[in-house]
Amino acid sequence: MDVDLIHSFVTVFLFAAFLGIVWWAYLPARRRSLELQAMSILEEDDA
Amino acid sequence: MQAEATYNYKVVRQFTIATVIWGVVGMLVGVYIAAELIWPALNFDIPWLSYGRLRPLHTNAVIFAFGGSALFATSYYVVQRTSHARLFSDGLAAFTFWGWQAVIVLAAITLPLGITTSKEYAELEWPIDILIAVVWIAYAVVFFGTLYKRKVQHIYVANWFFGAYILAIALLHIVNSAAMPATFWKSYSAFAGAQDAMVQWWYGHNAVGFFLTAGFLGMMYYYVPKQAGRPIYSYRLSVVHFWALIFTYMWAGPHHLHYTALPEWTQSIGMVFSLILLAPSWGGMINGIMTLSGAWQKLREDAILKFLIVSLSFYGMSTFEGPMMSIKTVNALSHYTDWTIGHVHSGALGWVAFITMGSLYYMVPRLFGRTQMYSVPAINAHFWIATIGVVLYIAAMWIAGVMQGLMWRAVSEDGTLTYTFVESVKATYPFYAIRLLGGLLFLAGMVIMAWNVTKTISTSKPQEARIPEPAAAPAHA
Repeated sequence: MDVDLIHSFVTVFLFAAFLGIVWWAYLPARRRSLELQAMSILEEDDA
Repeated sequence: MQAEATYNYKVVRQFTIATVIWGVVGMLVGVYIAAELIWPALNFDIPWLSYGRLRPLHTNAVIFAFGGSALFATSYYVVQRTSHARLFSDGLAAFTFWGWQAVIVLAAITLPLGITTSKEYAELEWPIDILIAVVWIAYAVVFFGTLYKRKVQHIYVANWFFGAYILAIALLHIVNSAAMPATFWKSYSAFAGAQDAMVQWWYGHNAVGFFLTAGFLGMMYYYVPKQAGRPIYSYRLSVVHFWALIFTYMWAGPHHLHYTALPEWTQSIGMVFSLILLAPSWGGMINGIMTLSGAWQKLREDAILKFLIVSLSFYGMSTFEGPMMSIKTVNALSHYTDWTIGHVHSGALGWVAFITMGSLYYMVPRLFGRTQMYSVPAINAHFWIATIGVVLYIAAMWIAGVMQGLMWRAVSEDGTLTYTFVESVKATYPFYAIRLLGGLLFLAGMVIMAWNVTKTISTSKPQEARIPEPAAAPAHA
């Protein structure tokens, strides 16, 4: 297997991984928990 | 109060004060060399006051002294507050402060003396490079060690950006600074020819991408919601924003080397990835600005929010301009002209400095036990003076740059160049004067900030903040 083919596989794998992250973040079931994470910094005492 | 029960604010305060001091110094040097371009006699025939030696001093001072100290201060503040944990090691944190200040002082001595590797944004010679690497590794240990001992399960998104910036800068600095020492103050790059240029601009562009972008996006994801009192517009988008930026930025460096000895396909890859970068950049910008959606009136009332939101506008503008300038046909006009200087400063002044100023105005009162800065009208004055300064600066450089590019490529009917190079320099003078005025205004704003911070500190006392008990922490956090 030549190096160009390996590079191609790695590129496709990384792109698929990125699409997987987008899918993970936008799962409807994830929405509530991520919104709570966003709120977490507002709930701490600022003092 | 036991140390482990409180956050380590001492090192945050130290880096915050250093940020303000180095901001004034770095911008003052910038104004001085801007004046030298109008009145060259200002170098007084003293080599260490020459433009060529002071220019890297200016860039190192504003990027690594001002920007670097701001990143240390805010990342230490944010990682503690969002982890509900004191810094991993007080001793190592103190070492990062004094080590980083030593790097800055050594830079301030060696660069005017002409001791340089000649690599842009990586001019410091090998002994200082080793010190930077040691300090940076200590920084990584403190930051990731604090994340490791966090009392909450979730790692807030700002910490992902800070973490990525710390890891990427370590990688970039160590690889690009690989060199063979010849004497104590002279070394030669481990790379040669086109490879050396490629590695240098892989470093150079990612210094922009990770030092001046990812780190400051970490600030944005914490201080914008905190100051607005609203959660970030879309936390899901922040996840995608982070990974899109990380996957893309590392490839864009070759756009600095269009039409050079670098292989054509490498230049094209740099251009394509730069264009792709527009998507995550604008995703992040929209995410920050839309945090105010439904509460835009806050912008009228809150001077700190003005800094933070306008910084995002400049971020959007410069991350649109950058990809456009990476298109080879556009680059053929813009490269080597003052358009590039205008582009850099719309990012450096409009984005990096503004988000830093907004974050510091948020943080300083809390570090010194106050509810707000000594003078809120002074924050407003700073904002307007600095905004006018940036606009004057970048508009002058844009016009000058396009004019230079057009003059350099103009050809007469007989095939000879229409203008000599000197004619283009002469035509640029009025724009250099406007740039100097813009720089002076921006420096004046920074001096107002230094006064306001000094008065805030002198009329209060350092504040220790108690870490919330685990039971008091939000259950989901």
